[in-house]
Formats: sequence, structure tokens, C-alpha cells
Amino acid sequence: MIAERSITTQKIIEAISAKANKVGFVIDAELTEALQFLENNGIPTNKHEDYKYCNLDAVFKKEFKNITQDFNEITNSDVKPYKLNEAINLVVANGNYMESLSDKIIVKGITIKCLNDLSGNNTPIGSLAASKSDAFIALSNAFSGNGLYIEVQKNNVIPMPINIIYINSVNAESLINPRSFIRIQPSAEVTITERFVSIGKKVFSNFLSEKLVEENAKLTSYTIQEEGKESFAVHTNQVKVSRNATYDHTTITLSGQLVRNNHNVVIAGENSRSDLNGLFLTDGSQLVDNHTLMDHQVPNCESNELYKGVVGGKSIGVFNGKIFVRKDAQKTNAYQSSKNILLSDDATLNTKPQLEIYANDVKCSHGTSTGKIDENALFYLKARGVGDESARKLLLAAFANEVLDKIQIESLRMHLETELNKLY
Amino acid sequence: MIKIKNLHASIGDKEILKGINLEVKAGEIHAIMGPNGSGKSTLSSVLAGREDYDVTEGEVTFNGKNLLEMSTEDRAREGLFLAFQYPIEIPGVSNINFLKTAINEIRAYHGKEAIEAKDFLALVKEKQKLVELDAKLTNRSVNEGFSGGEKKRNEIFQMAMLEPKLAILDETDSGLDIDALRIVANGVNKLRTANNAFIVITHYQRLLDHIVPDFVHILYNGKIVKSGTKELALELEAKGYDEIKLQFEKTEG
Repeated sequence: MIAERSITTQKIIEAISAKANKVGFVIDAELTEALQFLENNGIPTNKHEDYKYCNLDAVFKKEFKNITQDFNEITNSDVKPYKLNEAINLVVANGNYMESLSDKIIVKGITIKCLNDLSGNNTPIGSLAASKSDAFIALSNAFSGNGLYIEVQKNNVIPMPINIIYINSVNAESLINPRSFIRIQPSAEVTITERFVSIGKKVFSNFLSEKLVEENAKLTSYTIQEEGKESFAVHTNQVKVSRNATYDHTTITLSGQLVRNNHNVVIAGENSRSDLNGLFLTDGSQLVDNHTLMDHQVPNCESNELYKGVVGGKSIGVFNGKIFVRKDAQKTNAYQSSKNILLSDDATLNTKPQLEIYANDVKCSHGTSTGKIDENALFYLKARGVGDESARKLLLAAFANEVLDKIQIESLRMHLETELNKLY
Repeated sequence: MIKIKNLHASIGDKEILKGINLEVKAGEIHAIMGPNGSGKSTLSSVLAGREDYDVTEGEVTFNGKNLLEMSTEDRAREGLFLAFQYPIEIPGVSNINFLKTAINEIRAYHGKEAIEAKDFLALVKEKQKLVELDAKLTNRSVNEGFSGGEKKRNEIFQMAMLEPKLAILDETDSGLDIDALRIVANGVNKLRTANNAFIVITHYQRLLDHIVPDFVHILYNGKIVKSGTKELALELEAKGYDEIKLQFEKTEG
């Protein structure tokens, strides 16, 4: 088994190494550790508890056996449809931040750099992403592209959102490792959209973002996954929330043959609030697997999770939400809800709340529901003359809107409504 | 308007309608009364097209067309309206959005263009007044958090918006206080024309003080056992259903 695993890993490492530049922003010790971890553990199979429904080793063996790392150049016209008029648009193309494709707007209080500009021993990059915690973090630490660093300086409230477009275009089976580091300094506020698209051939995108929300700061962020039917993606968010800070994140998954989201929030400062919301619509043989962790390390914090899935065809949806309340985290309020609609008898939904509570004075609750579309509501709408298809669309839109309402950027919201309407 | 001939319907193995015959003409109001379990709600559900029931025998023609062959939505588009006994709450679907969709799909069915936004809003305003429905409610999700009376008024509001040819009011009076009853009844009376018709299903006579029927039918054990004019309802109120039960159990036995 071990030998077989390392063949997959070996192949990936060889293919990437041949084309990749050495990552300058990850310290040497971490790089060694990353390669060692991959060597020892390989890409996870479904024997790995955290990847029970998501055998990524099998995906690499089957879908990326001819991995060649052949990238296409990205042009302005490729990116244009994904830009938002009211936002500062930044482009990460095939894993590398492209200043030439990005908006040249200078806004007070923001620093935007490529990750390589933060090389050296004091780099914060990797501080929230230890290689030993996960194979895909290790893979990013070893082979990340020259991604994006965004810093919002102390006391600055950025008046317009930032829209980061991660776009991949490849000519043959390739693995791309886009990456970002987002630092919101004390008492600063910003809204950031991270949008994932791909054009061209089959691509595996291993995205890693570290997000540091410092004291009294607020980060509202959106992940929009619309990478197309042929893409495979693992998206990891490593978040640290400080005292009095607010982290409010929403993930909308519109497409992707396989999408695995690892969203890990370390609640490290008192009186902070962290929200994770998710919406996914799947069909065909898609797999969307959301894994979240709310790690309550300190007292007096609140966390909320709402994940909704509409699962059709022979597709599989997964929600695995872990709430970890450490011994010192008294007066924690942690809520989690997973609601799902199955559109066909062959669709599958696996939902698993995991509560590990070591403090004695906490309020934690979780709820999960999975069912079919409400037949009584459907009949009621039809009895008023609304056709079957429209009635279903109305009901699914109503179900999805609870999450979609979190998106506060008007043009993005409208785009999502249009795209979702095609999927209902 | 509607002709029901020898209608039999079952749910599972249980036959509930056992041969209903009824004709309703334009301009008429018919009341169907009967004790609990007599088949009143089944009749309205079968006419509206609920799939839980199997029609095993009989025919229903609606303005010359075979109603039983139509989908639920096509029945509505042809002008049939059912005011639900228990209106469904649909969180997240706004009343207005849903009604606009309904009106436009009905218009499209008749080859008409979608309604202009301003005409639609004017219509909403006019019909709201008719049933004294708070404007706030029309902007909320369908029936979500409405009181019992508000739900029933919303049904009549929807009826007013859709202007059906035949409206079936399924125990619209249940759970209504006297003021709400008056509002609902006024709404119906104002909507009544020579070209439309109503079937009012009720357990009690009191609604019929406000909506005066041309004909009253007594449904018992899946059949219409007695028909008459509005005096029949008063007689029923005075004697109660027990006498009816006794009388017809005897004749059947």
C-alpha cells in the first residue's frame, strides 16, 4: 500500500519539479518537512479518516496519470468576464500573481504584493499552514506558485471589495498550486472575493489561503467556485481570528467534477465571531466535500455555520463540520446547521457533525436535515398555475437564498443568481 | 362550467368518493356541506389534481374540456382555483414574486404577453384593498408566520389576483373569527359575476349567512345524498348531522 502511494506522489513531484521554480517564501526547514511529509504519507486515499468520501489518490491515478504541466498564457480577454466593476480586480494566473492583468488602482491602506516579495526568514507565509497537518498543505508548501499577498493596514476600512480571480488554463493534465496570504491588521475592514475559474484542459487546482484577522478587524470573504465540469480542486483555508475580530465567510460551489474544501478556523482571541456559510449544487457524478473546523481556543467567542446542498443525479455531497471547544474556551457559543435537498434517488449526501467539547460552560448545537423537495409546497404553487419546472426553481431558489443573501456585492450576487438559475 | 359525473376516487385501497354527480353553471354559488370524513376535502383535492388520489371511475368536464386529464397547473390556467383549507407556508418564496410568476404563466398559456410591472403593482394594490390584506404581508414569504385568518385572506387575495372562472373554497371559514369571516365573505361577494362560479365547502352554516348559495348539497359517505336551496343549510343546522347519518345509514343498510 505504502509503495503504491508513493508512486502517485513520486510522479506528481517529478512532474512538478521539472517545471516549477523553487518557492522562495517558504522557509527551507518547512520545505524539507513538506517533501518529507509527502514522501511518508502520500496523497490521501479513502482509508484516511478525513478523506473517507474523497479518494484523492485514486483521482490522481485515474485522471492525472499523464500529468505534464503544460500551461497556456492567460490574456486580458480571458479574465474580463470575471472582473467586477465595483471591485479592485486582481489576477492569479496558473498560480502566479499577474500585475499586468490586474487593476492598477491605488487605494490607501492596502499593500498588494506577490508572495516571492516576502522571502526571507521573517516571512509570515506558512505560519498558519504546517506541512505536517495535511498532504495538500504540504504540496502547496513545496510547490506553490508565486501567489498573492494582501495586507490591509491598521484602522483602514476599504470602501470597495477586492476581487481575486484565480484562473487556470492548461493544455494537458496539470496540477496548479495557487496561494494567497491575507492579513487584516487591527481595526481594519475589507471584503474579499476569491473566484476560481478554469479554461482549457483538465486541471487539478490545489489552493491554499492563510487568513489572519487581527484584533478588532473584520474580514468578509467569499469563495466562488466555478471551475467547470472537468476540474478537480482542493481548497484549503487556514484562518486565525484574534480578539474582538469578525470573520464572515461564504463558499458557493457552482461547478467542479471534484471539489474538496478544508476550512479551518482557529479562534484565538476573545469576543470574536466567526461565521462559515456554504452552498453547493451538484449533478452528474460530481463530488463536493466540505470539511470545516471551528477551533475554539479561548473563552467568550461565537461561531456559526450554515451549509446547504442541493444534490442531484448520481452526485455526492459531503458536510463534515467539527467544533472543537478547548478546556479554556468557557462561554463558547457554537452553532452548526446542515440542510440538504436530494433531487434524485441516486444522489447521496453524507453529513457528519463532530463536537468535541472540553469546557463545561458552553452552548453548542448542531442540526442536520436531508430531504426531498417539499411536495405540498410544489402542489400549492402548481395549483396557482405555476408550471412544474418554475415551481421547482422557485422552491430551490428559496432554499438557496438563505446562503446567497450573504453575498453583499450586487453584481456578484446577480451573476450567482443567473448561474444558479441554470442549475436548479 | 363544471360537470361531475359518477366520480369515484380512492386513496390506497380506500374508496372515498363513491359516485359524485354535480353540475355548476356560470353565475352560481354551490355549497357542499357534510360531516367530517364525508369526502368534502377529497373532492376539492381531486378536482385540483392532487396526485395522492386515484380516480377510479367517472368524468369531469370543465368548460367542455376533460379536467381529469390535465396537470394541476393546467387546471389552474384553465381557470380553476382552490382556496386551501390549510394554506402552505413557503419560506423564501415571496408572495409577490410567486403571484407574478403564476399570472405570467397563466397569460403565456393563453398566448398573452407578460404583465407590465406597473400594471401588476396596480392590480396588487387594488386586490389587497378588497380583502383588507396588509401590504407588508404581500411582500413577505408565502404564508410564513401568517395567523390563521391572514392565511385565509391571502387565499382570497390570490383568488382575486388570478380571477378564476371556478373557485373552490375548501373550509375557508375554519379557524376564522367573525371579523375575518366577514372580510373573506365580502371579498367573494365582490368578485362574484355572471361569468364565474363558486363551490363553497363548509362544515357549518354560518359562512352561508354571508355568502348566500344558490344550491346546497349534502355530502355523506362519498355521495351527495341531498340537494336543495339555501333553506337546506338552515335545516341541517337545526337538526345536526346525526339525523342525516341515521337516515342514510338506514337506507344504505
